[in-house]
Amino acid sequence: ICFALLCHRTKLILILECQATKTCRKYVDLATNTDNANVKVLIDPKQFSRNEANGIIIIDKLQPRDFHILFVPRRSLLCEQRLKEKGVLNSFTNIDEYILDLIPYDGDLLSMESESSFRECYLENDQTSLYHAAKGLMTLQALYGTIPQIFGKGECARHVANMMLRMKREFAGSQTQILPVFDTLLLLDRNVDLLTPLATQLTYEGLIDEIFGITNGYVKLPPEKFAQKKQGEGGKELPTEPKKLQLNSAEELYAEIRDKNFNAVGAALSKKAKIISAAFEERHNAKTVGEIKQFVSQLPHMQAARSSLANHTSIAELIKDITTSEDFFDSLTVEQEFMTGVDTDKVSTYIEDCIAQKDPLIKILRLVCMQSVCNNGLKQKVLDYYKKEILQTYGYKHILTLKNLERVGLLKPQSTMRNNYPTIRKTLKLWMEDANEQNPNDISYVYSGYAPLSVRLTQVLARPGWRSIEEVLKMLPGPHFEERQQVPTGLHKKRQPGENRTILVFFLGGVTYAEIAALRFLSNMEDSGTEYIIAATKLINGTSWIKSLMDSPEENLP
Amino acid sequence: MSLKPLDVHFKVHLDLKKIELYEMGWNLKDGLRECLVAAAPYGGPISLLKGHNRRSPSARPQLEIYSSSGLPLASFPWKSGVVKQLGWTVSDDLLCVQEDGTVLVYDLLGGFKRHFSMGNEVSQSQVLETKIFHSPYGTGVAILTGALRFTLATNIDDIKLRRLPEVPGLQGAPSCWAVLTQDRQSKVLVANGSHLFILDNTACTPVTPPGLSPQASSIVHMCVSFSYKYLALLTDSGHVWMGTSNLKEKLSEVDTKIKTPPKQMAWCRRPKSQQPSAVVMWDGLLIVVGECKETIQYHLDDDSILVPELDGVRIISGTHHELLQEVPGACEEIFKIASMAPGALLLEAHKEYEKESQKADEYLREIKEQSLLSEAVRQCVEAAGHEHEPETQKTLLRAASFGKCFLSNFPPEQFVSMCRDLRVLNAVRDYTVGIPLTHTQFKQMTVQVLIDRLVYRKLYPLAIEICRYLKTPEYQGVSRVLKHWACYKVQQKEESDEVIAKAVSVKLADAAGIFYSEIATKAYESGRTELAIKLLEFEPRSGEQVPLLLKMKKSPLALSKAIESGDTDLVYTVVMYLKNELNRGDFFMMLRNQPVALSLYKQFCKHQEQDTLKDLFNQDDDHEELGNLYVKASYKEQRLEARIALLQSAVDEYYKAKNEFSAKTTEDEMRLLRFQRKLEEEKGELLVGFSLHDTMTTLLSVGLHKHAEQLYKDFRVPDKRFWWLKLKSLAEKEDWEELEKFGKSKKSPIGYLPFVEVCIKHHNKYEAKKYVSKVTPEQKVKAHLAVGDMEGAAEAAIERRNESEISTVLSRCSATTDHLLMERLNRAKATAVKK
Repeated sequence: ICFALLCHRTKLILILECQATKTCRKYVDLATNTDNANVKVLIDPKQFSRNEANGIIIIDKLQPRDFHILFVPRRSLLCEQRLKEKGVLNSFTNIDEYILDLIPYDGDLLSMESESSFRECYLENDQTSLYHAAKGLMTLQALYGTIPQIFGKGECARHVANMMLRMKREFAGSQTQILPVFDTLLLLDRNVDLLTPLATQLTYEGLIDEIFGITNGYVKLPPEKFAQKKQGEGGKELPTEPKKLQLNSAEELYAEIRDKNFNAVGAALSKKAKIISAAFEERHNAKTVGEIKQFVSQLPHMQAARSSLANHTSIAELIKDITTSEDFFDSLTVEQEFMTGVDTDKVSTYIEDCIAQKDPLIKILRLVCMQSVCNNGLKQKVLDYYKKEILQTYGYKHILTLKNLERVGLLKPQSTMRNNYPTIRKTLKLWMEDANEQNPNDISYVYSGYAPLSVRLTQVLARPGWRSIEEVLKMLPGPHFEERQQVPTGLHKKRQPGENRTILVFFLGGVTYAEIAALRFLSNMEDSGTEYIIAATKLINGTSWIKSLMDSPEENLP
Repeated sequence: MSLKPLDVHFKVHLDLKKIELYEMGWNLKDGLRECLVAAAPYGGPISLLKGHNRRSPSARPQLEIYSSSGLPLASFPWKSGVVKQLGWTVSDDLLCVQEDGTVLVYDLLGGFKRHFSMGNEVSQSQVLETKIFHSPYGTGVAILTGALRFTLATNIDDIKLRRLPEVPGLQGAPSCWAVLTQDRQSKVLVANGSHLFILDNTACTPVTPPGLSPQASSIVHMCVSFSYKYLALLTDSGHVWMGTSNLKEKLSEVDTKIKTPPKQMAWCRRPKSQQPSAVVMWDGLLIVVGECKETIQYHLDDDSILVPELDGVRIISGTHHELLQEVPGACEEIFKIASMAPGALLLEAHKEYEKESQKADEYLREIKEQSLLSEAVRQCVEAAGHEHEPETQKTLLRAASFGKCFLSNFPPEQFVSMCRDLRVLNAVRDYTVGIPLTHTQFKQMTVQVLIDRLVYRKLYPLAIEICRYLKTPEYQGVSRVLKHWACYKVQQKEESDEVIAKAVSVKLADAAGIFYSEIATKAYESGRTELAIKLLEFEPRSGEQVPLLLKMKKSPLALSKAIESGDTDLVYTVVMYLKNELNRGDFFMMLRNQPVALSLYKQFCKHQEQDTLKDLFNQDDDHEELGNLYVKASYKEQRLEARIALLQSAVDEYYKAKNEFSAKTTEDEMRLLRFQRKLEEEKGELLVGFSLHDTMTTLLSVGLHKHAEQLYKDFRVPDKRFWWLKLKSLAEKEDWEELEKFGKSKKSPIGYLPFVEVCIKHHNKYEAKKYVSKVTPEQKVKAHLAVGDMEGAAEAAIERRNESEISTVLSRCSATTDHLLMERLNRAKATAVKK
């Protein structure tokens, strides 16, 4: 959930992040500093039910004001119960909910921004987020029509589909008569494709996320590169605040380059630079007043384009510093070796060296997990060795994290079953030797060779269909299924020749920017005939994903 | 034949018509005499309380409820207190206001629903007079108490009592009063003699009606129109003053020439009508007053009551039920003698057409020449709507249909919906149903409400027929009726659970959007738990099943339903409920059978009740998790002893779980902790809590090499890592001598390139160079490059004849200084490529 503070004159809506104490203090300050304010508290019921104590007591002390409570994303009986037990339920003038399931993130992207969804579903067996996902899909269908076809792969996908069908029965008789916008819904469990998020994303947007982290559509960048060079001042003062930039398709240039492989971004930027400076040169050709007027009217747009270009050139430089480093190269080489199945059954010297040099733990975990996934489990000896190395180097407390990784299947000892990853790789063509980064002809460009499994499954579903890969589907965890939903007669979509099919792909457990890029690439392919809309419980990358699975006992210290 | 209109006389008075609705089906000995009567608007039911003034227990008053046609709906002896007033709510419930301010609510079949009080003040000073009124907020009750104060509740379903301010100078009961709804507020208009006051929440304001004739010394009666827009006042001089209810405008004043106080007075006015008209009733006499001086008088044979309606007044007597209303415009136009209105001509044309007379054509031409045919059709359709006689309706509709044939592009909706509406209206006006709605009332009331009213009367088949006929969406129409039917059905005690459940499921099977939980709730409320459970099985929304199941103490079922719904919040709710209801053992047993609930509860416990979590794991013999729990707990311990004790417990559990790795690792952890503490005590270095790696690094950095070595051996740290660690620590300390010694101690398991690189990292090229020679041939080029020895690098690369290495070196050469070298390299590259 986004932690924003919305002020509207005297009305305050505060989104209370229930890491209770810290934010509560902030909230109390606000409440006391604003006279005669209505204080609204938006509460994430899940967080709330867990660490509620501080929040409530403080609210109680501030009796004389008007308090409203808004539950996000849904009203929770449990929370109300606890409020009642604390005896403060009656202090609220209003108790309501702010239903927030799917948040539109971009023109083709919806996210639930449910941070811990993967952890809850696969580790803690808590399917709350799936219920919200199903509810969100019902809302979507109420707005955009019943989706006639549902495909899915994985346990969670099955669960969500079941809930949707059930909810549909519950709403029977009250359907809205809307022409379906989506032809198909594809539900994919993240654990069907554990490999993709572990790999380093190589698209522009993916790398920004990997290196700086994109949160709620914003990225914070080191300020040095963005210092305003004003003439005369000589750039004495360097800004110390990180530069905050919003990233979405509203920015023309960004929309153009974000899904490109990073190696193709430089060329795109210089091409753009030429176009922009050419546009500015136009002014010399403007002779008549009319022409000048026209030029001036375009100026704001051109200036915006120029500043956008400057920003992205700076970002690209920052990224380039990292991607050209030896460390990055070595690590990428190892990743690619694993993905192509080279020496996945032995202890990797590179990982060993990284541990010895105490590189960041998450980097190590990403690599070890990747090796395990690509080898369908590690030999017991190898696994124990890695574990021991990690525990000795980073501390024994990480034993719980390792256990979590084992439980979700990211780490596992090799079973007697043979390694089926090579078969999957070959059948689905997960590795493309000659990935064209500049002018891609296949989704594998997003990882410079590796085609994300999840997107490959989506691609095959659209054409020629899953029946052709029945064998591989059986090797992947969880059931795969197809359901049909009755569409009221008269609302059957009659597709014009040449009109695209629309598939909504829902990633349960999170999606990476590279996967999104791959799906957009498929949408834009000339002969694809399919348009993809993407939804996910959360936008993730390998680092944030692994982090969500970690257990560090110290953090829970009172 | 020429069709000239007769000279229309000056319109003397408004045109009224009196329609006989029913001959009453009841058999009342004394008519309505000495009865407390209340009839609901919109053709609603009539209630009678006979002998309500009798107080002796031997002769209890009898409460009777009839339909508008006089068919009995209910009858029972009144056993409660003295009733001051009867009245109906908007949802056809009967309100009986007692002397003590208690209001009893009955449904229209005489079933007691509930009661409420109008407050202490009312019960103490007793009820003097009561008025029951309707507003957009529902049905309200206004009471004048014995203390001459008004108490008001605007909506009896959400009672908020309001005591209105005192009326100045009020000595006894006011001469008359009425309730108004103005500015979204209910107010009381009170007349005390010739003074008029408006009471609202805060104030009592004196008001004067504009132009009230001065000879009046008292206002004896008043009435407010159905819409609250108009007010009529009757003075002791016999004058009726009519005006707007905000008292800003006078519409007319008429002298009735009767000075006795009337029995009742009511507005009789169509919506949008230009003329005011009110009906005043005395014993045996009814006078209609309007705009002009003259009045219309009717003789009444029998005691009657007036029921004001939206578009007229109903007059109910002991034997008859009539509707008095202003003649609707369309009807007047058509049926006025020798009318030349287009509608009248069309009706005539159609008559001729039926007679197969060519005059039909003449009439038609007459209309068409004035291009009024569509107007004619519209008039006929509208008039049909106002007619009560099916034959007349048909005649008019046929004429309209006939006229339509000569029009192109005439929208058919009005005609079609009128036909449908009339069919429905005729059905409900039928004597056996007895709801004499006019078309205007029907439109105001909506089909939804009409269906509700039929349902209250348990006329389910008719209601369903109407829904189907009007094609009402299922969940608003048929499904709703069926639900009501089912709710009624489950209360029939004589039938067995199986029979009822089956009957309900069969009837409701195909209906969409049925909420079985409501039906089940009804069944449960009438004490039929088993039936309720059976019915809940049909409920598609599991979420709705749960609260009722809990209420019925069917917790296991509630739990599995909650899980089925997928709504985890619901599961939590049930789990928390169970936790309080059951003893711990049973609670755990129940959770054990429901893994989903169990894991949710575990999550809850993890954050709220760690001890319970331990019990849960113990119960399941989940030693692995118990171990984890101890490990976690150990990090919350500040004291080392306690920490080690917890870790020991973890070790035990891990062994029980046969997880050797975890057990061994945890033992290692304990060993490390002990070692760290010992060293802390001996050497004063802060170590506890460090990882093994960090401990060794710290030891090396402070020169405790022996201890580091000991750890290295004890914990069987791989050589490679130890070498890396030592290399980095020594370089960090810039202890180059020791480093050199270390490098020579034995053959490095990590090779010597790291030595070179680490030295360079610490800006010591001199030291770095020492190790270059020791680097393996494969890494030589890299090593040379690292120390900046281009020549060496080139030498090594050429020697190895490795194209990519040569290229690497080349890329590092600068064209100005390494000119010769580059030439050599390029040559070597060429040969390497050839090979």
